[in-house]
Amino acid sequence: MIVELGHVALILALSLALIQSILPVWGAATNQSRLMATSDVSSVGILFFISVSFLALMWAYATSDFSVVNVWQNSHSDMPFIFKLSGTWGNHEGSMLLWVFILALFAAAVSLFGGNLPDKLRANVQGVQAWMLATFLLFILLTSNPFKRQAAAVEGQDLNPILQDIGLAIHPPMLYLGYVGFSITFAFAIAALMEGRIDSAWARWVRPWAMGAWVFLTAGISMGSYWAYYELGWGGWWFWDPVENASFLPWLSGTALLHSALVMEKRDALKIWTVLLAILTFSLSLLGTFLVRSGVLTSVHTFASDPTRGLFILAILSAFVGGAFVLFALRSSSLQQGGLFSPISREGALVFNNLLLSTAAATVLLGTLYPVVYEAITEDKISVGAPFFNLTFGPLMIPLLIAIPFGPLLAWKRGDLLGVSQRLLFALGCAVVTTVVVGGFVQKGQWLAPLGIGLAVWLMVGSFAELAQRAAFRKVPVATSLARLKGLPRSVWSTAFAHFGVGVTLLGVVMVTAYETETIVVLKPKGEVVTGEYTVRHDGYINRTGPNYTEQSVRLSVFRDGKLVSVGEPSKRFYPARQMPTSEAAIHTFGFSQLYVALGDIQNDGGVALRVWWKPLVTLIWLGTIIMVLAGFLSLSDRRLRVGVPKRAKGKKGKAVHAG
Amino acid sequence: MLAKLQKPIAGILLILIWVTAAGAQSNTAQLPAEMEQRAKALFTELRCVVCQNQSIADSDADVAKDLRQIVREQIVVGKTNEEIRTFLTDRYGEFILLKPSLGWHTILLWGSPILVLLLGAFAALSAGRSRGDAQAQPLSTDEELELKKILGQSKD
Repeated sequence: MIVELGHVALILALSLALIQSILPVWGAATNQSRLMATSDVSSVGILFFISVSFLALMWAYATSDFSVVNVWQNSHSDMPFIFKLSGTWGNHEGSMLLWVFILALFAAAVSLFGGNLPDKLRANVQGVQAWMLATFLLFILLTSNPFKRQAAAVEGQDLNPILQDIGLAIHPPMLYLGYVGFSITFAFAIAALMEGRIDSAWARWVRPWAMGAWVFLTAGISMGSYWAYYELGWGGWWFWDPVENASFLPWLSGTALLHSALVMEKRDALKIWTVLLAILTFSLSLLGTFLVRSGVLTSVHTFASDPTRGLFILAILSAFVGGAFVLFALRSSSLQQGGLFSPISREGALVFNNLLLSTAAATVLLGTLYPVVYEAITEDKISVGAPFFNLTFGPLMIPLLIAIPFGPLLAWKRGDLLGVSQRLLFALGCAVVTTVVVGGFVQKGQWLAPLGIGLAVWLMVGSFAELAQRAAFRKVPVATSLARLKGLPRSVWSTAFAHFGVGVTLLGVVMVTAYETETIVVLKPKGEVVTGEYTVRHDGYINRTGPNYTEQSVRLSVFRDGKLVSVGEPSKRFYPARQMPTSEAAIHTFGFSQLYVALGDIQNDGGVALRVWWKPLVTLIWLGTIIMVLAGFLSLSDRRLRVGVPKRAKGKKGKAVHAG
Repeated sequence: MLAKLQKPIAGILLILIWVTAAGAQSNTAQLPAEMEQRAKALFTELRCVVCQNQSIADSDADVAKDLRQIVREQIVVGKTNEEIRTFLTDRYGEFILLKPSLGWHTILLWGSPILVLLLGAFAALSAGRSRGDAQAQPLSTDEELELKKILGQSKD
């Protein structure tokens, strides 16, 4: 009964979405405010019905209702309860439902918080959102109905064991909040093109929502990276895998969008480019969805992909992306450009940022799609893997990373590069000293990694140069400096911390890439292996039976200087329902570094192959992204950006430009 | 003298690999440090052909073990990296190379980052110049028209 209710709710949501696709847009075109106002009600209605539908599916999973095909295929009554719940979106149908649920969430957000938007803009935005909602609801109902019934089965076929992890509970919702969050900036871009004008309300709205989406996307990608790191069991944290690239692409262009929207908000320049980026970013999100859901790409992460649905998604993709670009081509020239600037200026630095991020996105996109297109044309298969991306993406990032500390210090319109360089002397000094110390004394002649570490230090120290400058330490009494720091807008702090986070991540990446060690040994019980400062001892085998798997683990003790510092149990699991083995690594964290132990095969003679990695400062990779996310929240809490206080923002605009 | 010894040494090493490989997982077989380093570098460039996007350095699949074995053997008998790549692509096709070789069929792939960067830089600079000279003065009608023309062209 509840399941049928979910199905009906989904159909009702579709009907409402179809109505909302027409009425507000028509109202905007013919100046009928009553028609425009309908969408405020309907979008909340859509959210309500999709929520009902989503909860109904979750209910079916929670109660292990195996008369529902989707539940039967992806769940098992012995699974821990939390995995039953997260299993709701651990499959194609459920994840698409989560996708439209979040889409509806953002559509309703425009209704609930958008009272300050011009009526026409709001109506058009809601119209565009309804087009997307209707299309994806149709897609779910026609090709991916999660509520399909069958003769009740006794037991389910279990969830893919790799997904039976707390990671599944958090990662996809986060990632989708990011992916789909960019639908709002997309809708705003389309609405702006439809109207042929962009006003200050546009920029005031787009930047915080882009920031919100970016924050979740960053958190989602980072979380996914850590999940893959501990779950896939070979200690990699980024594989340049097509599915990862699919989430990384909107991140790159979304990051570019955040920066170009800054120029637009403060200086009224780069309007056309910002609109284009808003379109591109969500197009890349859609492309990512298409690539992952259609099975066009094979990957280590894809679950439940199905080529028969590919065509439908491809049609959606071409309609939205193609339509958006045609509209852009037709209407972008009607948008007024403003705000002149010289190449050496804050704007110039942000253009530089956009140039490199866009080139990087183009490179990753091409590398991801090249094998697919190549095979379609020549019927030959080639691979484009990590070595390609490292060789192309890496060099593109270096000038960008070097430039980061300069950006916030440069003045708008016309900057003084020499003056800014002088203010960065301290950061440069720190970077050079670090490089020389690491390269000259520790590494003795190996310069690549020390230079990378130096770059990270440059970023971490240089990011705070703006704060130091504004506080004017050493020029005024300390108390005055501190008072000044306290009085700075949060957006300044946010910029500093976000850029600092980039440096932290870079440090982790360089350290683990250059100084990671891997030891492979076969150990029998009581056997020991030494890795750097640590000794790992095999303390015997343990066999266990979990709720829906059997497990063979090795008990390990880790010693440093003869003292026991950690114990762990890496294991091999076997899930009988799916006949699938998984490997659970034992990860020991020491400071920011980790000792990562994965089990190989257990030999006939009682020994077991162990892969032991020492990963120096590896946690900084994710810690840096957490800092970036927190910086994003800090920026969102800035009064100027807070949604719902438009009048004050308007009144303070002159001051804001000065302060920013 | 050395050349004469090369073959027997290679033979001994090969036997060693086989023995250790038989005794444990083949990836525990170790070559002399320099060779092993070369082998490890090559592993990361080669695809485990049955896996989804894993290099043979990362994969535990049997094919990956075999491929590691092959690479080590080839290094021991003195093949260069290029010869080893050719040997493997002859057998498995270009699919096995995670870093596609540079050729006409991949010119677009390798060339595009530079191309996009240059085009983007050119577009940004020319857009900046046509407006930048005026320095805070509005564009003249002619400039306005030209800008429209440029923007119009970029639509295609």
